Amino acid sequence: MLNIDQLVTSYPDWRVSFSATLPKGEITALIGPSGAGKSTLLGMIAGFVPVESGTLDFDGEDLLPLGPAARPVTTLFQDHNLFLHLSVFDNIAIGLHPGLRLNATQRAQVKDAANRVGLGEMLTRLPEQLSGGQQQRVGLARALVRGKPLLLLDEPFSALDPALRREMLAEVARLACEQGITVLMVSHNPEDAQLIADQVLFVDEGRIALQGTPDILHNSDHPGLLRYLGQ
Amino acid sequence: MSRIFARAQTRPLWWLPGSAATLIILLLSLGPLTALLWQAGSLAPRTLLADPYLRHVLGFSLWQALLSTLLSLGLAIPVARALARRRFPGRTLLIKLFGLSLVLPVIIAVFGIVAVHGKQGWLPQLLHGLGLAPGNYLYGLFGILLAHIFFNMPLAARLLLQSLESIPESSWRLASQLGMRSSHIFRLLEWPLIRAQLPGLASLIFMLCFTSFATVLALGGGPKSTTLEVAVYQALRFDFDLATAGGLALVQLILTAALLMLQHKLQSSPPSRITSHRPCLRPDRHQPGTGLVDALALGIGLAVFLPPLLAIVVAGLNPGLPGALTSSKLWLASGQSLLIALAAGSLATLLGSALLLTSRHLRVRDRKRRAAALWEASGSVILMIPAVVLSTGLFILFMPFADVFALGPWLVVLVNALMALPYVLRTLSAPMQLVVRQYDRLADSLGVRGLHRLRLVEWPLLRRPLAQAAALSMILSLGDLGAIAMFGSQELTTLPWLLYQQLGSYRLTEAAATALLLLILCFSLFWLIERGLGGKHADH
Repeated sequence: MLNIDQLVTSYPDWRVSFSATLPKGEITALIGPSGAGKSTLLGMIAGFVPVESGTLDFDGEDLLPLGPAARPVTTLFQDHNLFLHLSVFDNIAIGLHPGLRLNATQRAQVKDAANRVGLGEMLTRLPEQLSGGQQQRVGLARALVRGKPLLLLDEPFSALDPALRREMLAEVARLACEQGITVLMVSHNPEDAQLIADQVLFVDEGRIALQGTPDILHNSDHPGLLRYLGQ
Repeated sequence: MSRIFARAQTRPLWWLPGSAATLIILLLSLGPLTALLWQAGSLAPRTLLADPYLRHVLGFSLWQALLSTLLSLGLAIPVARALARRRFPGRTLLIKLFGLSLVLPVIIAVFGIVAVHGKQGWLPQLLHGLGLAPGNYLYGLFGILLAHIFFNMPLAARLLLQSLESIPESSWRLASQLGMRSSHIFRLLEWPLIRAQLPGLASLIFMLCFTSFATVLALGGGPKSTTLEVAVYQALRFDFDLATAGGLALVQLILTAALLMLQHKLQSSPPSRITSHRPCLRPDRHQPGTGLVDALALGIGLAVFLPPLLAIVVAGLNPGLPGALTSSKLWLASGQSLLIALAAGSLATLLGSALLLTSRHLRVRDRKRRAAALWEASGSVILMIPAVVLSTGLFILFMPFADVFALGPWLVVLVNALMALPYVLRTLSAPMQLVVRQYDRLADSLGVRGLHRLRLVEWPLLRRPLAQAAALSMILSLGDLGAIAMFGSQELTTLPWLLYQQLGSYRLTEAAATALLLLILCFSLFWLIERGLGGKHADH
């Protein structure tokens, strides 16, 4: 379980404070208007955004003193998930060793992960030779080999066609279920949340305004949520 | 429980490379400067300016720079217009050749100009054959202007052409529809873009001509046509008059600083790149009269630009060449030139990348753009302190302690490295920032740090710009005359220095061999470094 308690960071002109719990092995969707602080929350969990106060622990382990690489977290960003000058194989492998020194078992692991996202035949290609969806699959394969129990998705599929996006989300749901991964995904699209999420967090004005099942998207009368949904 | 966490990913040593580089740069530039001001201290500025020689030199420096700027721009505008609206065979090649003026060593161009316009040059001989006696017209203001136009007209024409080609196709379609004439087009479409570039271009050319050294030294022809930069050199090298040299250098420094500030204010960002493959849609290309104007502009421009360039190529066909190439002095100079260029280029690249490592951290990660700009400015300090001033300062600084001529090679390397540093910074700055912007988050989240990061991220992404920076600074050093003129001796000779001496004593066959060898070295060094260091994808 990921425990977020009054996690605060501030910029000269605004300040956010978040509290929430993410049940282990479940998929949580983070929705809300742009600029509400969704990516900031992900950044604080991943270790890219400095935290001023609050607590953040996963299964009892305090994450705040750890650097981004030491946290039990993998993040898939909207872009720049891949090193464009490294092959598909190397891009996955760098998740196992930051200097690309792999033993035979690890190399097999990379190939296995590539097969599972359907890229087994493309290991020697460079990212620019792949489609957008394939590129994000490489990121997903790396998340698999890293085996971190927490996966953060910062709208990695937002640039894809609707059909492809749904397909990728289904794949995330399948992998998360198989591996028992806890997922937190930012989404601009309430439909995504209904598709695969177990839980929805609605972020408004730098805090979590609502927490509940995806049903709250239909039956809540929270004015901020109604405004966001355009109802 | 409430705790404060500064930064999840700390980089405690971010300041180290930049500080080390800045310390070296400032010590080696401000140290000599202080020594120089110390020397000049015995001269009050007022007595300095009362000296008729100095006033003459100062006046001439400004006058020749002003004339060079006006003539270069006055020719560049019609040439750029002609290139913008005409398509003719060789146009692309000509535009490429115009780009040469950035990298061609000045002294080689001076050789070409002497071969065309010198006493036994092509043009005087041609005129002589026609029964005219042109006399010796080259040395003095004419020669200086000719060389300055040779370098700066193409530079300006290229930049102006880029401006003109940034006019969108829709404007041309509209101009055709409205039946706009050539003069209307110039006034309404072209002039606003040209005018936006002019202040920056004019101040840049004025600055380049004001601090021009090799041209004036080789073509000035005497005390009548001497600029501050050359006067400093002569006071030190020939009269050994430290006080006068210091005073002149001080005046030079103040004026350069003022010009630099002016230029910084006036400079405009260059427009997008040339797209010469696009069909020309301009309606004024078929209008009567414009063809004549364009032919005239191109004719004058090419008459200045092409013959010296041709003379350099023809130098390779000189029948006396094989004999001249066996000279041991020539090969000694080549070896020393190469060593100095390699050392200066490596030093400049090293200092530049160290500076940028720190400044990119400040600029991108900490979003402190001003602090970053300040840090980078320390690398461009040489723009304010011209090479001759710096060399003079080093000369004065080291003279009490050591044999300056024994230290010569090191001092030349140092001055050349500092001269190349602004170019290194310009080449490397954007790519180095891009690595941080694009890959910091990913590398941090994967724990790719230190040597791993260097090997897998920084090196593959930066080897090409690094190679470019190194190659550029090496050929700048290879062609430099400013530092070697101060420290050159019997034992320490470089190709530009040898070429200058040969031109001075009219040994044109030997000069041809030297110019050719220098040119070949420049091109092959550039090619080798770009390929070798830049990797096999260097073409992309």
